[in-house]
Amino acid sequence: MTKFLLRRCSQAVVVLLLVSVIVFGLLHLLPGGPARAILGTHATPSNIAAFNKQNGLDSPVPVQYWHWLTGVLSGNLGFSYVQNQSVASLLADRLPKTAFLAAISVVLALLIAVPVGFFQAVRRNRVGDYAITTVTLVLYSTPAFWIAILLIDVLAVRLHAVPAEAPQGSFSALFNDPQAMVLPVLTITVVTVAAFSRYTRSSVLDELAQDYVRMARSHGASHRIILFGHVLRNAAGPVVTLLGLYLPFIVSGTLITEFVFNYPGIGLLAFNAATSQDYPVMLGVVVVVGAATVIGSLLADVGHALLDPRVRVSAGIA
Amino acid sequence: MSIENVTAVRGPEDSALEAEAEAAAGGVWVRTFLRNRLAVVGLAVAIALLLFSFVGPLFYHTDQVHTRLSMETLSPGTGRPLGTDSVGYDELGRLMVGGQTMLEVAFGAALVAVVLGVLWGATAGYFGGLLDGFMMRVVDALLAIPALLLLLFLATVFRPSVPMLILVVGITAWLVPARLIRAEALSLRSREYVLAAKTMGVRAPTIILRHIVTNSIGTILVNATFQVADAILVVSAISFLGLGVAPPATNWGAMLSDGLNFTYSGYWWLTYPPGIAIVLTVLAFNVVGDGLRDAFGLDTRRG
Repeated sequence: MTKFLLRRCSQAVVVLLLVSVIVFGLLHLLPGGPARAILGTHATPSNIAAFNKQNGLDSPVPVQYWHWLTGVLSGNLGFSYVQNQSVASLLADRLPKTAFLAAISVVLALLIAVPVGFFQAVRRNRVGDYAITTVTLVLYSTPAFWIAILLIDVLAVRLHAVPAEAPQGSFSALFNDPQAMVLPVLTITVVTVAAFSRYTRSSVLDELAQDYVRMARSHGASHRIILFGHVLRNAAGPVVTLLGLYLPFIVSGTLITEFVFNYPGIGLLAFNAATSQDYPVMLGVVVVVGAATVIGSLLADVGHALLDPRVRVSAGIA
Repeated sequence: MSIENVTAVRGPEDSALEAEAEAAAGGVWVRTFLRNRLAVVGLAVAIALLLFSFVGPLFYHTDQVHTRLSMETLSPGTGRPLGTDSVGYDELGRLMVGGQTMLEVAFGAALVAVVLGVLWGATAGYFGGLLDGFMMRVVDALLAIPALLLLLFLATVFRPSVPMLILVVGITAWLVPARLIRAEALSLRSREYVLAAKTMGVRAPTIILRHIVTNSIGTILVNATFQVADAILVVSAISFLGLGVAPPATNWGAMLSDGLNFTYSGYWWLTYPPGIAIVLTVLAFNVVGDGLRDAFGLDTRRG
């Protein structure tokens, strides 16, 4: 286990470093570099030169990278000249809101998708399985924003059941107006259930085909013990790893959802930053989400290894 | 946006590879595919949508360049089966024109993603060792960045046009094929014919192209099909956010974005047709991909 942990952690560190290089590269990929991104398109060459000198941007690129990296590690994610606030304070305000939205939706999705996928795998190729497979395949092929539009059309416009705009204001507003949370949560849940249940189904099917299942059956173990004692636990492993890897997709999904419902999270922050060319904010979001994903998938792999000793032994996680 | 893609890192078993090689050699996969009714329906739908977008305008003439504000948001009626949009364009004609850019970008991006991913993955898997470790960590790092954020960034830096969108979407989508092909290459590199070629002094690039890539053709074809489906979702998402092609060009995502403003007015013809078109196309390519995967006898997961 120690060897596995060491190996996996060192991989995560390398990936984190690469993420930082990519983000730093993106900032420098901009025509005119960071100075142009911050001063705007109308900056004169002498303005840019002065800015570069003032901010140490005339030093060699590796030195700049080192300064930027140590800054990021100490919580300095740059400054948004568009919003006149530090990127870190913007993120501190928005991140909890997105985390809250994503957490509720993913927990709901797991509560629905795991039993559904499990049921489908156990009753494979029967009417119930086909019906659910069809529904999840259609949902899986449906973009999040169209699901959002359909939900608005049915629940907000036709039935007047819930408002179509998310709660605004501080974090506590999210709790004061639960009705307004319904549509954003529902949108992400539906998209996530489609993917998770398909994944759970194939994960359980993989396990059902294993030798140990046949072995247990031939030893006279009951169907229930095989399913809930062995298969469920082993099939849970890949689902846990999936959770770790799923983070970037949650962020992409929440970005769309936040855009449609005007939900004040990091997705909307990133979108507004993109349209107002506020690059420090965009890249700040990328850094935070990228780091969270790498750490998330590290934790998921460790969780998988704790659940399933076979992973620890082979340690062949790609 | 498809998560199953990313997690499908397990390489197919050797038996599956052999079955695939046999199947590919005998063209058996074509027959197996054609026996799968759902997949054939999917293929038919995909072809029908292509014809609708590219041949349709030859029979159904509409002006998709000049706006006519006197004709805005008219409900469906005679001469306009799906009504008109917020600047007076005929919605059915718009659906055809929008489908063209949509499918062009989707096919182009899938091609870019697959070529880039196959070359990257085959190289990493063939050489193995430190190079492989480094190349795959690069893939991990890029996977940790949400594709949509990267797309937003690139779409604001580069002016979006059809070729630009193809490149941008392709560049964010090559990671999954890279992982899949790397897994194949890892198992193919120790085959006798590869070792024989190596002993005879065949150069690495030749071995990768002639032996590794050609023997992974099943995986490549299946993934390419899923890539088209994913690219459609991605392109429509960027366009929905208003960062797609500039008017009067359009695509289904941009049309939906326009329709979103009119949901409270009850103009269903602005949101349902483009939405259904997206779902139908993505579904068709996903079903074809599933059928191809079964025909090649690959792993049950995506790819």
